[in-house]
Amino acid sequence: MADKVKVGFLLLGGCAGCEMSVVDLSEKLVDALAHLEVVFWAPTAADVKYNDLEAMEDGFIDVAFVDGMVRLDEHIHMAKVMRKKAKTLIAFGVCAALGGTAGMSSLHSKEDLFAKAFKNTPTTDNPDGVYPQPSCLVDGKYDLTLPVYEDKVRTLNQIVDVDYYIGGCPPHHSHVGAAIGALLSGQMPPKGSWITNGKAVCDVCDRNPAKKGDNLSRAMVTKVLRTVDGTPDTDICLLQQGYICFGPITQGDCGGSCLNVNIPCRGCGGPIPGIEDYGAQALSSIASILKDDTVSAQLMEKYPNLAKFFYRYALPSGTLPKRM
Amino acid sequence: MEFVPNIIGFACQWCTYAGADLAGNLRCKYPPTVKLIKVPCSGRVKPEYVMEALANGADGVLVGGCHFGDCHYKDGNHKTKNRMDMLKVMLGDLGFDPRRFRREWISGAEGKKFAEVITDFTAELIELGPNPLKGGK
Repeated sequence: MADKVKVGFLLLGGCAGCEMSVVDLSEKLVDALAHLEVVFWAPTAADVKYNDLEAMEDGFIDVAFVDGMVRLDEHIHMAKVMRKKAKTLIAFGVCAALGGTAGMSSLHSKEDLFAKAFKNTPTTDNPDGVYPQPSCLVDGKYDLTLPVYEDKVRTLNQIVDVDYYIGGCPPHHSHVGAAIGALLSGQMPPKGSWITNGKAVCDVCDRNPAKKGDNLSRAMVTKVLRTVDGTPDTDICLLQQGYICFGPITQGDCGGSCLNVNIPCRGCGGPIPGIEDYGAQALSSIASILKDDTVSAQLMEKYPNLAKFFYRYALPSGTLPKRM
Repeated sequence: MEFVPNIIGFACQWCTYAGADLAGNLRCKYPPTVKLIKVPCSGRVKPEYVMEALANGADGVLVGGCHFGDCHYKDGNHKTKNRMDMLKVMLGDLGFDPRRFRREWISGAEGKKFAEVITDFTAELIELGPNPLKGGK
């Protein structure tokens, strides 16, 4: 069995949706397991503990998939341990790569987040005011602690060196399959690259006017609508209808999944090659195709928080936000 | 020591940069706080440039372009207006004081206006204090 590729999965601050994408490979995963040996999968699928990873010798794991963003000191510690144990480390999914939706929480203070989570939500029923404590003593002898909550969300590459990135929230299972296929065949791009087909969402979207020879393909956006303002026509480009879509600047490894169900792209696939700062480029691209300043005023009115709109999945990776 | 703001200015080579030149020729007085970077068009300034400057500790950033109708590339400044006005709002949403960023139209004939803008911006930045990312408030 020594010739099998040893893989490990580690979930940091995430929902494990990326790992569900691996499971969604179903029969293909069974075929791949002839060439793969899963040596670590925590804290979700396998009954292994963090200690087991720490006990491995350095470089034992050939390929590590790390998903989820970094918010706790536990995440920072485990990311560093995984980096030591893995020859190749992949930021798996948009949370690990760019911070994900949880990254937007960096715009709020720790105190506000705590109050929202444990005090102010309408469904909270906590008359005795029982709140999580950093440490507590159970039965007089078990000294239990909770991980420390850091000031802001970080991406994986702000903690450790990352070899490859895979976008998506979660990555489409066909994309995961292609990525694992590329790994096994050894046909990988240069270190530091995104594993992607290199196409934008527009490129894989059936609505793309250019694919239909439409002479309106360069038309400017003349109004701004949100999806609550009506039902978009399923054949026409969403941007041309006024529904703001980030397809032009997002990697289309998803096959345009959201567009196929009439929902505009919000950029979970990560930026197409050449873009450093997703949110800044999203702002720039969208602003450039608005017809005039009345349309941009309409956009700013419809989307009350532009930072959360343009940086939906990428806030912790932004030029300015990551230094604040 | 007295706080002297550090302003990064992106100036369109056809208008604002020429305006800055004229300010010199007219012997206009304005504080030596601005570092001007000549760009082909204010539409060339990506929001990343502004954010990079602020992230690296610039106290203020100025983007200067031509008045509407004067753009050498016809509609570059219209794109600038949409982008930069939205960027200003987004800077506020990110928790950064949007007053640290200005977008101005200054033509090649408005040397005096250039001096006034820099004087006014400098005064406002002195009031705001240093960029919080380099230890200011």
